[in-house]
Amino acid sequence: MTQENKNDFVVDVRNLHVSFRTFKGYTHVLNGVNLNVRKRERISIVGETGCGKTTTVYSIAQILAQNARIDSGEIYFNGRNVLTMPNKELKALRASGVSVIFQDPIASLNPVFTVGSQMKEVIRYSGVEGAGDKKVQEERTIAALKETHLPDPERIMNSYPFQLSGGMRQRICIAMSLSTPRDLVIADEPTTNLDVTIQDQVLKTLKQRVQEKESALILITHSLGVARQMADRIYVMYAGNMVETARSGDLFRRYCHPYTQGLMQCIPKLSGGGISEGIPGHLPNYMDPPPGCRFAPRCPYAVPECRQAQPPLYEIEPEHYVSCYRYRDQASGVMGEEV
Amino acid sequence: MAVKIIKRLLSYVLVLFGLSILIFVLVRIMPGDTARIALGARAPEYAVEALREEMHLKDPYPVQYIYWLRDMLRGDFGDSIITKRPVLQDIKSYLPATMELVVLSSIILVVFGIVLGVVSTKYASKWQDGLIRVLSYFGIVAPAFLWAVLVMLLFAYLIPVLPVSGRISTGMTPPPSVTGMYIIDYLLSGDPAGAWDAFQHIVMPSVVLSFAGLSQGARITRSSMIDNIKKPYADAERAYGIPERKILFKYLLKPSMNSTITTMAMDIAGIFGSAYLVEQIFGYPGLSSYGLSAMMNKDVFAVSAVIMIEGVIIILFNLISDLIIRALDPRVRLAEQ
Repeated sequence: MTQENKNDFVVDVRNLHVSFRTFKGYTHVLNGVNLNVRKRERISIVGETGCGKTTTVYSIAQILAQNARIDSGEIYFNGRNVLTMPNKELKALRASGVSVIFQDPIASLNPVFTVGSQMKEVIRYSGVEGAGDKKVQEERTIAALKETHLPDPERIMNSYPFQLSGGMRQRICIAMSLSTPRDLVIADEPTTNLDVTIQDQVLKTLKQRVQEKESALILITHSLGVARQMADRIYVMYAGNMVETARSGDLFRRYCHPYTQGLMQCIPKLSGGGISEGIPGHLPNYMDPPPGCRFAPRCPYAVPECRQAQPPLYEIEPEHYVSCYRYRDQASGVMGEEV
Repeated sequence: MAVKIIKRLLSYVLVLFGLSILIFVLVRIMPGDTARIALGARAPEYAVEALREEMHLKDPYPVQYIYWLRDMLRGDFGDSIITKRPVLQDIKSYLPATMELVVLSSIILVVFGIVLGVVSTKYASKWQDGLIRVLSYFGIVAPAFLWAVLVMLLFAYLIPVLPVSGRISTGMTPPPSVTGMYIIDYLLSGDPAGAWDAFQHIVMPSVVLSFAGLSQGARITRSSMIDNIKKPYADAERAYGIPERKILFKYLLKPSMNSTITTMAMDIAGIFGSAYLVEQIFGYPGLSSYGLSAMMNKDVFAVSAVIMIEGVIIILFNLISDLIIRALDPRVRLAEQ
């Protein structure tokens, strides 16, 4: 792999291990995650519920739950390691570097404050020019709402979240996250809780706004279809590992990892063939995960070696990595190692 | 809004009506002969008989009740058989003392209850949280009069820093009566030393009275805040770099206040109940002390009046708590429209 300078990335996550303290002990959820995002790039993380997508992005924004523990790894944000950052810098990162759009638009706005006051508060702590000025806050809020195609911004500002529809609320969250310039927007399944008819509009708005504001985007989704539509690159995640990553087009042309293949087969096709039976088995128990490849117990191609050591990410074409021993022979390199 | 309040007030009138019947019955079934107790064991029978006649004690109970209700609505609560003065006059002189105690203890209850709740949320599962939890269990479990004795031993006997009883030190002249609350009256008459003296006297009983409600308030605040801290909006606020303290005290506290306010209103009402013994222990001349001695002596009119007045005050506290919740929570306020 040609080692890119870490300064070229907005985010560069290297070999990240995260566990959670539970009543029974520690669950080892993230098992060496690698992920990077270039400036103005849109990437998508795809995987089933519980595979660690949210944990990965929460680690980047440093909003993990209190029982989480980062065991090892590095997270660079604009070239600075988030994990060793002094508190003051971390505050600045949160205020102006990264913003997060959550899955549930009902729960992601505070129920007892008006939309306007919440949006103004975000601008106030964003560190943009004139952030402390009430007039600036007001103007930026109105502008952000307008740009998100919300009708009648003044009325919306004076409304409480429960007076608005789910689609409107999610647009407000998008507006809020981009009311000031951000290097990175993280959207955690932003449309899962919306009507299908609205999902598309909200995604379009998100994509458009991210492009206009020249932010990078990490979109978490269950759906490979959404990922393809939204992202330049896709990461496929399974049980705390990135198992495959490639440019969107490349991934759909040539999906390699057995898990990705399973996911692809799960996409219902218009041409018929019925609904796929899915991938047999389920996610491993994080308390006592399999020692080697975590997908091995469900993998039709698993060999003894798979159960012994975690396969590295083999580069099989430019920017296309897959974590599976079956591709060792075709690999031109391994992520994280100079060839 | 106005209609809502009027409806609520009407329902309170019904509650008070029910309360009046209850009090009437309870006081009548208390053992002892009212007229005989009033006049003493040595009074001649004809005098006792005359008093029975005068107090309508020989009429059937429903008729007695109507007389009592009629007089009360006219503002006549009858005469106390102990002090021989109109009950209303007694209440006027004792109520401010109790109100001063209840108000101060409510302030302590609300402020410390909420602050301790927020602190235990902030340090959830750490030692600070554990300490507050254990202390609040003590506060909830042990009755106020027990704390009264303990606190008195500690701060008036072992470390004598606070006066042991009364409202002001002997030798002090009470302030000119405006509100009847000594601290305020002293301040109004420009005597801060007097106010300080009155404060020193009231601090122990009011702290003791606030313990139970404070502890419960802290627990309830913590549990609703812990529920809300898991909501995505709390994560979002952190992710946007809003200072932690502001998130806790503003953005998490406000949506978590409903159950806190409701229970605190009930706990403040409970203070009146605990005050009966606590005022007695601290020799504090308040309405509860007065009510207690009235009960001991079967002072029919005094007991009824004290309970009625406290009923009205408790209802007022409930109304206020409802109004505060409406003001704080738009979901409650706007759902009605």
